[in-house]
Amino acid sequence: MKQNRMWAWIVFTVGALYFMIPLIATVVFSLRMRRDYLSFDAYTSVLFDKQFHATFGYSLIISLFTVVVGLIVTVPAAYLVRLRLPQLRPFVEFVTLLPLIIPPIILVYGYIKMYNTSSVLPLTGTAIGTDILLILSYVALGLPYMYRAVDTGMRTIDVQTLTEAATIMGARQLTIITQIILPNIMIAVLSGAFLTFAIVIGEFTMASLLGRPSFGVYLQRIGISKSYEPAALAVISFAITWGAMGMIQLLSRFAPRTSVRNT
Amino acid sequence: MTETFLKIEAITKSFKDNQVVKGVDLAFNKGEFVSLLGPSGCGKTTILRMIAGFERPTSGSIVVDGRDITDLPPNQRKIGMVFQAYALFPNMNVADNIGFGLKIAGAPRQEREARTEEMLKLIGLPGYGKRFPFELSGGQQQRVALARAIAPRPSMLLLDEPLSALDAKIRVSLREEIRAIQRELGITTVFVTHDQEEALSISDRIVVMNAGKVEQFGTPFEIYNKPQTRFAATFVGTLNTLDAKVVDAASKTVSIDGQTAAIPALPTRAKTGDTVALTMRPEAVSLANGVAKDITLDGTVTEVAFLGAVIRLKVKLGENTVALDTFNDQRRPPPKYGEAVKIGIAGSDILVLDQ
Repeated sequence: MKQNRMWAWIVFTVGALYFMIPLIATVVFSLRMRRDYLSFDAYTSVLFDKQFHATFGYSLIISLFTVVVGLIVTVPAAYLVRLRLPQLRPFVEFVTLLPLIIPPIILVYGYIKMYNTSSVLPLTGTAIGTDILLILSYVALGLPYMYRAVDTGMRTIDVQTLTEAATIMGARQLTIITQIILPNIMIAVLSGAFLTFAIVIGEFTMASLLGRPSFGVYLQRIGISKSYEPAALAVISFAITWGAMGMIQLLSRFAPRTSVRNT
Repeated sequence: MTETFLKIEAITKSFKDNQVVKGVDLAFNKGEFVSLLGPSGCGKTTILRMIAGFERPTSGSIVVDGRDITDLPPNQRKIGMVFQAYALFPNMNVADNIGFGLKIAGAPRQEREARTEEMLKLIGLPGYGKRFPFELSGGQQQRVALARAIAPRPSMLLLDEPLSALDAKIRVSLREEIRAIQRELGITTVFVTHDQEEALSISDRIVVMNAGKVEQFGTPFEIYNKPQTRFAATFVGTLNTLDAKVVDAASKTVSIDGQTAAIPALPTRAKTGDTVALTMRPEAVSLANGVAKDITLDGTVTEVAFLGAVIRLKVKLGENTVALDTFNDQRRPPPKYGEAVKIGIAGSDILVLDQ
């Protein structure tokens, strides 16, 4: 028993070092912009860069739209599959996993081919159209995480009985989804949303190939031309991702309690 | 003259090739408490769900208060329903749960609050409005579910095994409460259960169902004392079934394990040599103790169960065994295991069922 515990600690320590050493090295490197002593110069340089503000703001807006569109797609889809078409569940799950199997570069080439200026829907013809295409690409990219989170949330409640209980009292489908189902799976939905946000905020491939000024593209450009700032940016984006993950953990403490006592 | 409120006409329901409801006709009166009683898979819940609108009948019609609701969606039927799994909305407190139907109907806030208070008093939970479902016991949750169902003043109340998830003691007290509230409101109620004691104790009338068909529809007294089919007789209560051979159809004489007896209830279609099933409730059989009965049979006691006020004996007649209930009499101890006894049955208590 004691030996088991020792091995567990060894594995944990090796794993922690594997993840922490590069991170600590990056943090230390990002603080060495000024010769001979540590400073936040690299962070100041990055945070006061107009390009940083522009690209980060852009990615933030695109992320928020991605989350909203993702929710509009996944919540009713997961709800209807659970309620009316449970036999389609394996198929829908497979479809939602496709973005993990198909590399983003293939996906985005497919989109460019489908929605270029000579296509029926020439989304790449305008900046707004390309932004819409980027958002939809990100929705597809975040689908495995968003759908799974929503579906897991729905598993914790009796969707069918709650729906029937609300229906018999006169509620319509939209009311049921917005007032009964969504509030009861909100924590799961927010988990999916933060996960999608964390993925999208630093995404490079799709934004780059669609020629959009995203934070991921900015990170890559800075990485080529500067030395200390990319390290500071890596730490900042890492903090954003960890912040999103931390929010998931924090919110899961407020999950609605649906358990029933027996007496 | 009683007024028919709910009329189910020639209703059938099939799921793919499986017909679960096979041409059911029923008519319930206004303000009546009717139980659909039967084993699992008999179609009782499917009928309830068709009344609610969650299932669409394959054929037939459902008429409520003179209005055909067969094709009406559930949210337009103005029916209240209580589910086995409570189905309270976990994100809403008790008051919001109760007021949900009124909110959907567009009732002003003041009216909603007043009605919610009224409902909380009715179910005996005043002051519980701010609590959340997870803070309530199962019995309390089901009472809230009942209040939520009746708050919007529905035309009818459907109860889908609402007591099954509760423990025995609460089940008994809650069923009495449900019945008292139903009487107070005078609301037509359809109650689905597989528990015969529950159905017998609170219903005005009972529909006994089996394999998608109605076996019998009558008052608890009729169902228990005058079962019309073998299933109704055996499903509700304990029933003795004795196999007897008709030895003389003209004089209605049968032989039960070699002992002859005249059975006035023997149907005229029974012929000499036929085997018939004689049925009677345990309380219709008594120890003869020198008292003359229409039928007296000799047997041996094989089981004595002292149940307090009642003693249940099992008496073996030969191939047949009869269960009988006798009141506990402190001046006369019950017979012992293996003791030879005479049992008596009144001819009028015997029902003859087809084999």
